[in-house]
Amino acid sequence: MFELLYQNIEQTVSVILFGIGLTILLLQRNLIRKIIGLNIMDTAIYLFLASMGFIGGRKAPIVVDGVTEVSAYINPIPAGLVLTGIVVSVSFTAIMLALTVRLYRRYHTLDIDVIALLAKGEDA
Amino acid sequence: MSKRRSDWQSRPQNRVRQWFHNGFLALDDEIINQVTKETLRMDSDSEMDKHQEMLDSHRHERTLALERLDQYNIQAWANTRGRKALSRIYVTISFVLAFVMIFFLLRTVATMPRFSDPNAPTNNEVMARYIEKGLEETGAVNIVAGMILDYRAFDTLGESTVLFIAASAVLILLRIDRRKDGTPVQELIAAESDDRHYEPRSDRILQGSAKVLVPIIFLFGIYIMLNGHLSPGGGFSGGSIVSAGLILYLDSFGFEKAGKFFTYKTFSWVSFLSLSFYAIAKTYSFYCGANGLPSGIPLGTPGAILSSGLILPLNIAVGLVVACTMYIFYALFRKGGL
Repeated sequence: MFELLYQNIEQTVSVILFGIGLTILLLQRNLIRKIIGLNIMDTAIYLFLASMGFIGGRKAPIVVDGVTEVSAYINPIPAGLVLTGIVVSVSFTAIMLALTVRLYRRYHTLDIDVIALLAKGEDA
Repeated sequence: MSKRRSDWQSRPQNRVRQWFHNGFLALDDEIINQVTKETLRMDSDSEMDKHQEMLDSHRHERTLALERLDQYNIQAWANTRGRKALSRIYVTISFVLAFVMIFFLLRTVATMPRFSDPNAPTNNEVMARYIEKGLEETGAVNIVAGMILDYRAFDTLGESTVLFIAASAVLILLRIDRRKDGTPVQELIAAESDDRHYEPRSDRILQGSAKVLVPIIFLFGIYIMLNGHLSPGGGFSGGSIVSAGLILYLDSFGFEKAGKFFTYKTFSWVSFLSLSFYAIAKTYSFYCGANGLPSGIPLGTPGAILSSGLILPLNIAVGLVVACTMYIFYALFRKGGL
């Protein structure tokens, strides 16, 4: 198994990065750190997709000298998927940070447990 | 000796000491008063007294919030036995979940085709089609640009809309407006004083480097936007570079100067026009394509700057949306407005 993992070292690294991001998301109580964890997970996905599209010994998919043979270029599709992912991740990061700013203005803390406690106290 | 002592009061060290001692409050007051004077254009101190009440209530609110935190006695609450056991169970479950997930994903990775294998199932006929026919059908030398702005243009329209909606949502959440009669609300004064506090104005070094760098950054961003169909780049990357230039300009010259050419009106009009141009242009070409009609848009010679039909104007539209969105994100997060 380790030999196979070593052959796919890029994908292995991206999976481990994904796990690190997930652990940060689950274990950190600070909201900003949770958002950073989500962003690490995003980055892992980009690395995974980009590594899926690479083919050894071929060039980036920009036509040079009118050569349009499949065997000359790498796969262009993951590049487009990564672009979509980046745009969506930027959008949701911005919205989550804006919500965090609002929460901080109201409760003067970023700790999610304390915010939940204070919100419960408000309801009562 | 006495002169020295009075001098000592206004020395930076003392200000820092004060800062530590009073927990920002003393310095805050000074800055809030100054900012209130400037935003309301008040000269006499008697007019300031009217607003003292407002500032007091703002400060009162903040102390109340901090007191509420103390009152709940978070530390004691976190150290109760049931709470400790619960958090220990939570941490264990999280670790187990993460490790199980990594393990199964690694097992999957081990069974996947070798990295950079040309015969991997992902490199199938879709890729072959894009590469073989891409240049001929879209006229774009950059196959990725041809793919995202021609074959999958609808997807890219969705992306730009997502960005626009995110900007609108952040605008709703963070914008601090003036009242109808033009007087600022207390949040505006607080935001202004925060901005003054943490972002000092008219920094010589920053302004000097911005004067040199901002035009170069703009040129580079526009070059990347316009060359999206010829080289790596395109609307998204070019737009972010342009917005980086805008943000550098804002940082070094302040909101007043940046507000001369970028207001809410600019943002809404540029975004609206770019998105509607994109939607109309792509509707037209999809309609023609679906019905087998000639679209009448020349593809030009591959490799020329004016080639590949709609891709160049669409790149510009996307770039404008991205630049406006990123800039307004920054302005809203920094001060709650433009």
